[in-house]
Amino acid sequence: MSVQTYGWLVLAFPLAGTILLGLLRPVLSGRKAGYIGTLAILLSFLSGLGALNKLQSQPEESRQVVSSLWTYAKTAGLDAQLSILIDPLSIFMILIVAGVSTLIHLYSTAYLASDEGYVRFFAYLNFFVFSMLTLVLAGNLILLIVGWGLVGAASYLLISFWYRRNTATKAGIKAFVINVVGDVGLVLGSILILQQVGSVDLLTIFHKAPEVFHSNDTTLVVGCLLLMVGAFAKSAQIPFHTWLPDAMEGPTPVSALIHAATMVTAGVYLIARMHPLFQLAPTAQNVGAIVGAVTLIVAATIGLVVTDLKRVIAYSTMSQIGYMIMAVSAGVYGAGLFHLMTHAFFKALLFMAAGSVIGAMAGEQSLNKMGGFRKVMPITYGCFIVGGLALSGIPPFSGFFSKDDILYGMASLGGWHWILYVAGYVGALMTAVYTFRMIFRAFHGEQCEEAQSLANGRLFHAAEHRNPGDGTLEDTGVGYPGAKHHIAESSPAMAIAMGTLAVLATVAGVIQLPHITDTLDKFLEPTFSDSPAFMKAIDYKLLVIGMIIGAIVGLSGIALAWYIWIKKPGTSAKIQARFSGLHRLFSNKWYFDEIINAIIVRPFAAAGRFFQGTVERVAIDGGITAGSVSIARVSSAAVRSWQSGMLRAYAAAVVVGTSLLVLYFFLNS
Amino acid sequence: MSIGWYLTVSAIIFAIGAAGVMTKRNALVILLCLELMLNAGNLALVAFSRMWGNIDGQIFAMVVLVVAACEVTVGLGLIVALHRRDLPVDADELSEMRG
Repeated sequence: MSVQTYGWLVLAFPLAGTILLGLLRPVLSGRKAGYIGTLAILLSFLSGLGALNKLQSQPEESRQVVSSLWTYAKTAGLDAQLSILIDPLSIFMILIVAGVSTLIHLYSTAYLASDEGYVRFFAYLNFFVFSMLTLVLAGNLILLIVGWGLVGAASYLLISFWYRRNTATKAGIKAFVINVVGDVGLVLGSILILQQVGSVDLLTIFHKAPEVFHSNDTTLVVGCLLLMVGAFAKSAQIPFHTWLPDAMEGPTPVSALIHAATMVTAGVYLIARMHPLFQLAPTAQNVGAIVGAVTLIVAATIGLVVTDLKRVIAYSTMSQIGYMIMAVSAGVYGAGLFHLMTHAFFKALLFMAAGSVIGAMAGEQSLNKMGGFRKVMPITYGCFIVGGLALSGIPPFSGFFSKDDILYGMASLGGWHWILYVAGYVGALMTAVYTFRMIFRAFHGEQCEEAQSLANGRLFHAAEHRNPGDGTLEDTGVGYPGAKHHIAESSPAMAIAMGTLAVLATVAGVIQLPHITDTLDKFLEPTFSDSPAFMKAIDYKLLVIGMIIGAIVGLSGIALAWYIWIKKPGTSAKIQARFSGLHRLFSNKWYFDEIINAIIVRPFAAAGRFFQGTVERVAIDGGITAGSVSIARVSSAAVRSWQSGMLRAYAAAVVVGTSLLVLYFFLNS
Repeated sequence: MSIGWYLTVSAIIFAIGAAGVMTKRNALVILLCLELMLNAGNLALVAFSRMWGNIDGQIFAMVVLVVAACEVTVGLGLIVALHRRDLPVDADELSEMRG
């Protein structure tokens, strides 16, 4: 089979899975739906491997393959095809998306086993994977926008999966609305590019761009900034990030797959994919790098104080994507994508392990109520430690290499990028602190009631389930946490998924040891061959110093967390009291929700109410509607009385009228 | 027999039907009277067809029969529906559509 066939198969399997599960929903019982869904994604992953194999056997110049299935629209100035672009970057993304998705599907077969919406969940999850693969395979801007919109829809469906949970439906709407703002940015940016370059096909755009635009062309900068709005909204970068923590209302596998490993990295992918344009717009690149750096710091500070287990990981995701956005915006593509991959592994692992803890807590997510799970959940604890070490950037775990690769890239750019370099290490220190704060608080210390129950050999079941968000009583009829639930360790499917990711999170760094292996850079080179910063000569001194600083920062962060939460348990409260203003700022998430409410949501709502009162009620209801009604009423007053409703009168009128007509013609003839 | 006799019978039947439609209140009887009117027309058509020695009139009569059958189906359906809802099957009382 050719590369093209494999490419289309990658898309075909998840789509078939979605349709099959959607149609068979009423008849599937037990775990069959989960296995069908998992198999569909596994086949997609294998097709991706097939495409990789075929592509690597071709010479390096021809490793960008476009395949078109049919023509959408062909008019003057527009040639939109249903085309996919298969190159090292899209293969790289396919393998991450489909690979991690396979494991998370496997995890979900057990995690959601007691959920009423089991089949629906897998149909949605397959739909998400299909959308995401469409997005990364898209060969032109139109298909890219289609995929971009579909992943937003899938994200909405999955965040609001427990649709009777009020907070979940609200979070879904919030995520969708903010993502649509990003979609508008992406669409406007694409229109601008189409208008200037005259094509929607990605490769054509990339080839023509250097001729059409001179460096830092204002139009191009605007276009790139609009694309970045899309990227920021999807990747939860400031100021479009507020939906991501709320999205944690969805089931934990969804948080692991969509809101950590794959969908939120779409912005990173977009910037990397569009790199020939961004390289011509250094202003846009600088904006992206600064936004990424700010996000990674702000998100890390919030992560330090949040007490909801899943939200700590969510803010950590935001922070890590900040690193990636910073890297790809600054033109350090290899490092950004390397971090995207390692992050997908260790963050999905952390979320899965968190799901296990939440299972043991019977749905409770507050760190304040957890404690002492270390002995009773050894596998989960191990996964948390592996994921946490990778996240904190401790050698030799994967996160260490990818994070230092990014920061080394920043340093090698020089100039004001040194500020970003320092910001990266400050962020890394906070990352290590909040990661191990989470681990120490959940797993060490006194055993909580739930942990004691587990130690006595039975899983804790709450008498009544309350929403961890707002404390309202939950309708367990629609799903987990239901009466029967599992923790990861007791279920082989979950343990396999977590174990695989734990291994990957540990060793994935070896594929990109600077100058030793460099596998990823070599693999991605055909895509980024036009990038000046790609695969430059390495400054060993800088690299080694960076790695040493990275390791020290990570270890000292862990040591700090150990001192604050284990050695002297009261320290945390003292720090809070000492810096109460700062603590309030962080725990209110820097007031972003409030600011957005004040400057966007409330004015819009007020304007809406105003126009409802004036335009809608007075002008439209009172003027146009009531006016046309009264015109009809007045003008028909004379003839209305003839409409008596008496059938016999009508019949008589017809007979008399016809008779008169006949009589008239008789008399005239 | 001259064509006049046929037309006379047709006219009488038509007049009986029209009078029935105008005077009767029972919807079922009105339907019957409508049938009378239609078949009076058929009789005239067939008579003319015979007069001219041409088959067209008879074909047209067939078409009228089909239309009549459809009309009865709908009309009876309405009457049954009215009956099921315990509404009066009385043309005068069903006058909600007045202006």
